[in-house]
Amino acid sequence: MSATVETGNVASTPRAAPKRRKTGGFWRRVARHVMRDKLALVCTVVLALIALSAIFAPWVAPADPYKTSMIRRLLPPLSPNYILGTDELGRDMLSRLLYGGRVSLAMGISPVILATLIGGALGVTAGYFGRHVNMAIMRVVDVFYAFPSVLLAVAMAGVLGAGIFNSLISLTLVFIPPIARVAEAVTTQVRNQDYVEAARATGASAPRIIVQHVLANVTGPILTYASSLVSIAIIISSGLSFLGLGAAPPIADWGLMLNTLRQAIYVAPINAVLPGAMIFAASVSFNLLSDSLRTAMDVRA
Amino acid sequence: MPHDPVVEVSDLSVRFVNRDLDLQVVDGVSFSLAAGEVLCLLGESGSGKSVTMRALLRLLPDYARIGGKIRLAGKDVTTMTDRQLEAVRGPVGAMIFQEPMTALDPVFTIGTQISETIVSHEGVSYRQARKRSLELLEMVQIPSAERRLDSYPHELSGGLRQRAMIALALSCRPSLLLADEPTTALDATVQIQILLLIRSLQRELGMATIFVTHDIGVACEVADRVSVMYAGRFVETGDVADVIGRPAHPYTAGLLGSTVHAESRGQRLASIQGGPPDLADLPAGCSFGPRCSRHHAACDAGIPALEPVGEARMARCLRPLVMAAEAV
Amino acid sequence: MTDIDNREPVSRDFDLREPDTREPDSRDRGGPRQPILSVRGLRKYFPLRGPLGTINAHVQAVDGVNFDVMKGETLGVVGESGCGKSTTARLLMRLIEPDAGSIVLDGDPIGHGGITLRELRRNMQMVFQDSYASLNPRHTATEEITFGLRVHGMSSAKARDQALASLRLVGLDPTVFADRYPHEMSGGQRQRVNVARGIALNPRVLILDESVSALDKSVQAQVLNLLADLKERLNLTYVFISHDLNVVHHVSDRVLVMYLGKVVELGPVDRIYRAAAHPYTRALFASRLSMNPAVRVGAVPLAGDPPNPVRPPSGCRFRTRCTMAEAVCAVVEPVLSDIADAHQAACHAVIPGSGHSQAEAIARAA
Repeated sequence: MSATVETGNVASTPRAAPKRRKTGGFWRRVARHVMRDKLALVCTVVLALIALSAIFAPWVAPADPYKTSMIRRLLPPLSPNYILGTDELGRDMLSRLLYGGRVSLAMGISPVILATLIGGALGVTAGYFGRHVNMAIMRVVDVFYAFPSVLLAVAMAGVLGAGIFNSLISLTLVFIPPIARVAEAVTTQVRNQDYVEAARATGASAPRIIVQHVLANVTGPILTYASSLVSIAIIISSGLSFLGLGAAPPIADWGLMLNTLRQAIYVAPINAVLPGAMIFAASVSFNLLSDSLRTAMDVRA
Repeated sequence: MPHDPVVEVSDLSVRFVNRDLDLQVVDGVSFSLAAGEVLCLLGESGSGKSVTMRALLRLLPDYARIGGKIRLAGKDVTTMTDRQLEAVRGPVGAMIFQEPMTALDPVFTIGTQISETIVSHEGVSYRQARKRSLELLEMVQIPSAERRLDSYPHELSGGLRQRAMIALALSCRPSLLLADEPTTALDATVQIQILLLIRSLQRELGMATIFVTHDIGVACEVADRVSVMYAGRFVETGDVADVIGRPAHPYTAGLLGSTVHAESRGQRLASIQGGPPDLADLPAGCSFGPRCSRHHAACDAGIPALEPVGEARMARCLRPLVMAAEAV
Repeated sequence: MTDIDNREPVSRDFDLREPDTREPDSRDRGGPRQPILSVRGLRKYFPLRGPLGTINAHVQAVDGVNFDVMKGETLGVVGESGCGKSTTARLLMRLIEPDAGSIVLDGDPIGHGGITLRELRRNMQMVFQDSYASLNPRHTATEEITFGLRVHGMSSAKARDQALASLRLVGLDPTVFADRYPHEMSGGQRQRVNVARGIALNPRVLILDESVSALDKSVQAQVLNLLADLKERLNLTYVFISHDLNVVHHVSDRVLVMYLGKVVELGPVDRIYRAAAHPYTRALFASRLSMNPAVRVGAVPLAGDPPNPVRPPSGCRFRTRCTMAEAVCAVVEPVLSDIADAHQAACHAVIPGSGHSQAEAIARAA
């Protein structure tokens, strides 16, 4: 009997091995799929523009966002020196929108990032260990889930007081339960797959399996869900600022600007609506992008 | 009584075309089937056997483009509208699937589902339909049929669900029964029950039957004729005893040689080298060429045609194992 | 199941044997007549919880299973849904903790001061059924294999070498397949990676749970040939679980038949397949599909469906479908007993002195 195991069968016959081009790792495939989706590309560009202009606001903004001028109040857009006009205190709208982007985006993204880290950890732990651990964690999470998010944010802000930092905390708390839920669901699914059983069969410890096998497979869906939450976060944080529970004047923030420009809506409607348009653009772009991410992750290359 | 074939397929081709793919899944399939005959489409995954069968009832996804002609009970199915197809699916041809839970609606009882089908196709009253449902359940040998009429699908075991699905398929008295691997997911003792049931029902009701399977044993148990499919084409057709006993096409021979059976114990299996074909990247010549032990240069010149190799036997091969001259 | 923090490195590479050497395996402890696996009284019940979490009933998945696995053999395990064969596999691998029973590996009991779970895993591995879920979709073939090696303390460089060697052993060219993802491989190739993962730790026993069931027949043949070669070269013992009776017949030396959580028959493959003693075994094998169109199965060998393991029948669990059932079968549960040389069955009809009328006839005829 020959000493060699039949090797030729699968690899050496040129046509026999299925000719697939190396599609590479998971994230590369996802990126490729998103790139091909025109709508997602547009959203990415829009978001990139907003983000970059917000980050580079000090260099890009034409004027000082805090400089008031009582004679130049509520100038309409396309006025000389003021492309987007001025607000009710004579401050340049464009500059305020750019600087406001920093606060609004930060207040939208940071709570989601924090909530993903905390909620994700809770959900993955609950999903992997199941039974009692799962019950303990998820029932506590459910208690928080029972509150409507906006009301909970308002209530927390009321308890903790107004201010950017406090509204950040309340938003994070609002988002932890839904992310934990999604993380638990996905982890439970992954936990029951054969490859996790195989990993357990090698004698690996639970943390090792979670990090090396489970995480890679659950981050996709969790991140998709989280990215869809950013759009909500932007809206809620703007809402909090609108209610006076978030950023305080004279800080530029889209939600706050909506509030202060409220009275001007009959006099200078375009100016009053501009901050809302920014909120809309950012929020919808995040939403559509996360949709595209979700379909990209469903595709089996 | 006219003995027109129940199924007449000529040059059937199916192409899947959408943004992500463009695959010729079935190419140039032709056959006909008379009442009471059982044809088995035998092949592995990717051979196109399921798609061929589903094309007969136009049960393919939107991105499937069907070419060629399909006639069921004399009617041309390829050009029918959806409304016209509704009159075909059920009364003319009915299908049973591998997984009964996908064919049975989980929120309705078995009795309701069968009765409603009968009402909508035959226009009788619900009470009459229910009476007939009971007869059908008894025909498929479901014990305590009266009680089972009011059972939900999840309350039945796998074998009983499969029988219920068969009853549903037979409810409109079809002349053609299409079976898509109905026993693959069943335990051995249940599988033989279902196969024998289908065989006896088919004989009793005189239905033409097409059975899709990858299991040679299933073909041996139920089929009169077998058509072996590879990469979307028929590579061999003939009487089941002929094809299994003396295969003409090297693929059929390879399939038989690599199938585990009682006498193969302890021996190395004669496996077919290589792997299943990639439909997106088929060779210009014979699709089986790269894996064929009898391959020679002429095989790459073009796709061989289906030629007779005996009485009522055809093979798509330039060097078949059985020659026409050997016809008995 | 904790990863015992004991960083002793794996020192042994694959000890490939030429087929005609008869040197003993250095890991062998008891000699060829000692079973490599000895299972006694294995039991696992799964609780069924009611709406408030209270336990209503139990699924008696595995209920008092005894058998031995001899060194170098392939023990086939057959049975239908609900028989407990997959649960038994997971109990052997300690992926599930048994409720009762003992498993002894080459003379050393597992747990209780004998072999640790970690050592068990070095000696016994499992090959799963191919599906997209048997390999981590985010890992390349190499990453999947090196995971287990790293768990047992191998350095990453050495683990990669071992992984590539495993791939070569299963017939996959490492230069092509080392960095491929599961979705870039065909079913047969994925299953080979499954096998490579199983042998990478150089175990003595491989449990193959429906390992070829999801493959096309032509690919199945290739993998079966591969498994036969590996068994010879790596001096492995196989426990081969499958619902496919033909495949089990092809690969096994002895066969274990399970029904509703119990072993009903155990014996050499030819005896079981040709002259089974237990009525269930006979019915099961009579259900095999014929490979000859001229000789078809006539009557149904066994009516009804495999019953529910939640409330099994009293006494003999098969009696509700058995054509030979008598009064004693409902009262006394038959015990797996020797009925011939190396052949055991759990049926009153074939065990002398059981009280069954057929057993009396056998005793009288003897």
